[in-house]
Amino acid sequence: MSEPEAALELEGLEVAYRGVPAVRGIDLTVGRGEIVGLVGPNGAGKSSTLHAIMGAAPSPRGDVRLYGRSLRGLSPERVARLGVALVPEGRHIYSSLTVEENLRLGYAARRSHDGLDEDVAWVHALFPVVHEFESRKAGALSGGQQQQLAIARALVAKPDVLLLDEPSLGLAPTIVERLFETLGEIRDRGVSILLVEQRAQLTIAFADRTHVIANGALKLTLGPQDAGDTARLTAAYLS
Amino acid sequence: MLAAVNWGQAIADAIALGALYGLVAVGIGLVFGVLRLVNFAYGELITAGAYVLAYTYGWPRPISILLCVGAVVALALAQELVAFRPLRRGGATPATMLVATFAVSFLLQAIYLLAFGSRGQIVGTLGRLNSAFTVDGVDIRWILLVTVVTGLVLLGATAAVLERTSVGLHIRAAATDFRTSRLLGVRANRVIMLSFVISGVLAAAVSVLYTVSNPLVQPTMGVPITIFALVGVVVGGMDRLWSAALGGFAVGLVYGLFSDVMSSTSSVYLPAVVYGLVIVVLLLRPAGLFGAWRSAQVERV
Repeated sequence: MSEPEAALELEGLEVAYRGVPAVRGIDLTVGRGEIVGLVGPNGAGKSSTLHAIMGAAPSPRGDVRLYGRSLRGLSPERVARLGVALVPEGRHIYSSLTVEENLRLGYAARRSHDGLDEDVAWVHALFPVVHEFESRKAGALSGGQQQQLAIARALVAKPDVLLLDEPSLGLAPTIVERLFETLGEIRDRGVSILLVEQRAQLTIAFADRTHVIANGALKLTLGPQDAGDTARLTAAYLS
Repeated sequence: MLAAVNWGQAIADAIALGALYGLVAVGIGLVFGVLRLVNFAYGELITAGAYVLAYTYGWPRPISILLCVGAVVALALAQELVAFRPLRRGGATPATMLVATFAVSFLLQAIYLLAFGSRGQIVGTLGRLNSAFTVDGVDIRWILLVTVVTGLVLLGATAAVLERTSVGLHIRAAATDFRTSRLLGVRANRVIMLSFVISGVLAAAVSVLYTVSNPLVQPTMGVPITIFALVGVVVGGMDRLWSAALGGFAVGLVYGLFSDVMSSTSSVYLPAVVYGLVIVVLLLRPAGLFGAWRSAQVERV
């Protein structure tokens, strides 16, 4: 079986804030159409990794490649325009703008407006609330609806790679289940996904491969078959 | 009876001043919204425009005014490109940036002093608009109508750019959450440049309108304009176009009214009265006169 073509590659990626290391050299690959999970305790370096991919966190060493092209040293808006979309932790919806305006902000990173109507129709089908409440202020949406809007906003950018930072945060279990199903549908459209999560077991069961990060380094890689293996997971968390 | 006529006159004059300060407040508020930077060198843009008008006096008016707009926009962009952007790139703190705007302000005043002298130049571009017609015993100068109409048109145009265009949406998003908007692919520098361009156009309009009533151009003429408009922005509420405009208008109106009503001997107390009112307003409504109503809808987790 041949390896899937790498959509996103991290090589020895480091992040340091004012000399204090947060990520200590991570190697990680997301193949085309893959869903790769990244789980770990608070402060392990998950969000820092995602922000470093976007060019939004100080990275003294290491490389990030999108289909072989280095993203190192590029500004966040440039990375976004090259096809990497981040759904940030806490959603970062513009609550004073309407739902539709929030969605339109996602167009900013598109390389062309060809096929925009189909993409919007697809996103509306995935997340009907985004269509239904389009003229409401985004701040009036519930947490789950805001999360859907944040993902919808990332998808209309037509990204090659989707980075999700704890999308299940604060959501009810049934909504999380539905959310993960939707991520599967997004992957089926050819979008490669790097999923950062707190809900480790759910992620391990769902993703093609899940890396466990602790203290800024990858400790363990698990597949769906390891979802029940809490002993190894706990050991990695505590390492 | 004399008092009645004075009040009408005072209100008419004050409205014109209010409209001008409203424009300045929006120019300052727009850049503040995107960069969280209070540009104290904004008044020097107005001064530059006034000098262009003074030195092109006698040229065809449209050309003179176009040159004024071009020069002020170019200077606004130069402030950003030469001073503010390199400092931001270097990781300057907000306090450093604020001090930098003071430095730019003083630098420009010094350049004006060296280049154009301290004596002052006279602008006569639209001097004819000082003629008046009388309505019910009140002299209405044409400049009042021109100022109010221009002010409303420019505010409307600015609002239309912000509300109706995609780059306007990007400006609003950047003003709310700069970091996230960059992650979404909003080109930060383009948004910043555009807000400087719009604020430059507004400053040029103020140059043209202000010099009709105050034709003497001096190196420091922009300073009191900036400070009063800033007071207006703070009083109105920094975060919204219309609240900033209304705040600027309110301060201009109050200033205009008091300067007409107070005798010339007591007018030295005028700034003290205005600033005293500002303190009272901020004590009662810290978010600004027109900003406070929003507090209920801001936070929602």
